Amino acid sequence: MAAVATPPPETVVKVPVAPSRPQGRRIRPGRVTINLVLLAVSVLYVLPLLWMVLASVSDTNSFRLQWPSSLTLDNFDAVLNVDTTYRPMLNSLLLCGFGTAVTVVVSVLAAYPLSRYRSRVRRPFLYTILFSTGLPITAVMIPVYSMFVQVNLIDSMPGTTLFLAASALPFGIWLMKNFMDGVPVVLEEAARIDGANTMQVLWRVVLPLMRPGVVVVTIFTFIGMWGNFFVPFILLLSPEKLPASVSVFTFLSAHDQTQYGQLSAFSLLYSLRVVMLYLLLARKLGGGFALGGALKG
Amino acid sequence: MTALAPAPHGTGGHRRSRGASTPAVRSLLRGLPTVPAVVLLAVFLAGPIAYCVYYAFTDMQLTGASGTSFVGLDNFTRAFEDTDFLNAMWLTLVFVVGSAVVGQNTLGLALAVLMQKATRPVRSLVSGVVIAAWVLPEVVAGYLMYAFFYDQGSLNSLLDALHLPDQNWLYTMPILAVCLANVWRGTAFSLMVFTAAINDVPQELVEAAEMDGAGPWQRLWRVVLPVIRPSILTNLMLITLQTLSVFGLIYTMTRGGPGNKSETLPIFMYQQAFQNSLIGYGTAIALVLLVVGALFSVVYIRLLKLEDD
Repeated sequence: MAAVATPPPETVVKVPVAPSRPQGRRIRPGRVTINLVLLAVSVLYVLPLLWMVLASVSDTNSFRLQWPSSLTLDNFDAVLNVDTTYRPMLNSLLLCGFGTAVTVVVSVLAAYPLSRYRSRVRRPFLYTILFSTGLPITAVMIPVYSMFVQVNLIDSMPGTTLFLAASALPFGIWLMKNFMDGVPVVLEEAARIDGANTMQVLWRVVLPLMRPGVVVVTIFTFIGMWGNFFVPFILLLSPEKLPASVSVFTFLSAHDQTQYGQLSAFSLLYSLRVVMLYLLLARKLGGGFALGGALKG
Repeated sequence: MTALAPAPHGTGGHRRSRGASTPAVRSLLRGLPTVPAVVLLAVFLAGPIAYCVYYAFTDMQLTGASGTSFVGLDNFTRAFEDTDFLNAMWLTLVFVVGSAVVGQNTLGLALAVLMQKATRPVRSLVSGVVIAAWVLPEVVAGYLMYAFFYDQGSLNSLLDALHLPDQNWLYTMPILAVCLANVWRGTAFSLMVFTAAINDVPQELVEAAEMDGAGPWQRLWRVVLPVIRPSILTNLMLITLQTLSVFGLIYTMTRGGPGNKSETLPIFMYQQAFQNSLIGYGTAIALVLLVVGALFSVVYIRLLKLEDD
């Protein structure tokens, strides 16, 4: 019985295969070449990343890409202590966590009137915001330093946090406004008729509807701040206040080649957080390419 | 985008103004939520920019503000006579054109086009590794690139394996090394912009061209590229602006050296201001950088505006 029963499915399967033959013919040499070229590019891209991973678990310190003779977690052991890892990471977390919170709250507030009301200042305001997204923040750091010295904010974590938040604001407001434009006003008007004021409308109606947008702005701002090196490098001085980005740099310049395994281990720990966040973001956006679309305006 | 923007005059239907609140008061109240943003931007961005313009005309030094005096255009005449400054301008141009305009833009476009034709696993692999390099913090990317281009690093072992001549990249041609590093790190952005743009190209157009007998090259050159032209321009502006202000990547890899062979404007600015303690001079250089950035930014806004209307 079973022997008889098996053939039919096979023929059933074969039927849909037959018409799709023309597609099969499309696997031309051209397509193979394209795949090979792309694979070669990926290999070049992956080499430096692979080196970091291998160096972090290897007991020999070398810049050459090589399989470690024996796997070891010594490098991680050596860096997992308060001075090397925990404190810089905590500092990064404080700076970026509070900075992101300020950016997100302030940009939601600012985006609402920009998205909902027309007025004479709206267009110039939006253009100023758009203009500021393009300004090289690197260039203002020296005047910011002089200013911070004068008002005694240098080496202050809250001051640096606020500056990070302010520098992420233009992009945050711009993205947030675009996301908010996508929320229909009809729902809002219904809430207004029921007597809700602006803040209630924003909190209860608009925000829940644009949660994906808020998540995107939050994660993006956080990733940007987490990797920011120049701002804390200039504005913070005390070693115990420095975030992970600066400590990677000081680590690199303070040690000789014998420590590169440890530095790789630390870099891995430091990078892992943003990579995870990005994966989360990509999942949320269903592919991770949506930002390209959002940026187009 | 603005097509979605609602009710031109506020929330049209509801009239609760009851005479007491005039339109002026009402629009002030409506603008209230922007206040925190305006304050933050004014204090931390507009303030420093104004400072920047002012300090650029003084001889301020790091050691103390007591001797600061107005020196007019001295910093600028000095800069344009300073061979180090001209060198930094030149290297910045090379860096921006080489790594962004040519490197990231072309590679991003090429990858986006090729990925359309590749098999699914290859496509995910490429986008995965390219984006991974982009998500990495700047200093880590700098460190990895330092190790990659180092004399005993991965690149040279790869070249040895392929029997190609190797060299001490960070010494002989540091600017090429940092350019390639920036391409490695930054191409993801262009790739994302172009992938989104190519996906938006109407399929009928491409098919119609195919019907008329256009080969893959012609379809790319005559159909796809003209349609995505606005995205290419936007992308060029954005990556130029990003590349202009790259500091951490270069500083981690070479610190502008050896000598000043990879010293772009941001690094030159930093060294003048903080290592030579010439805040006034450093600020003048910052102003030059700011003005260049502002010009690009204005062009970028105009491009967006053209797309909008």
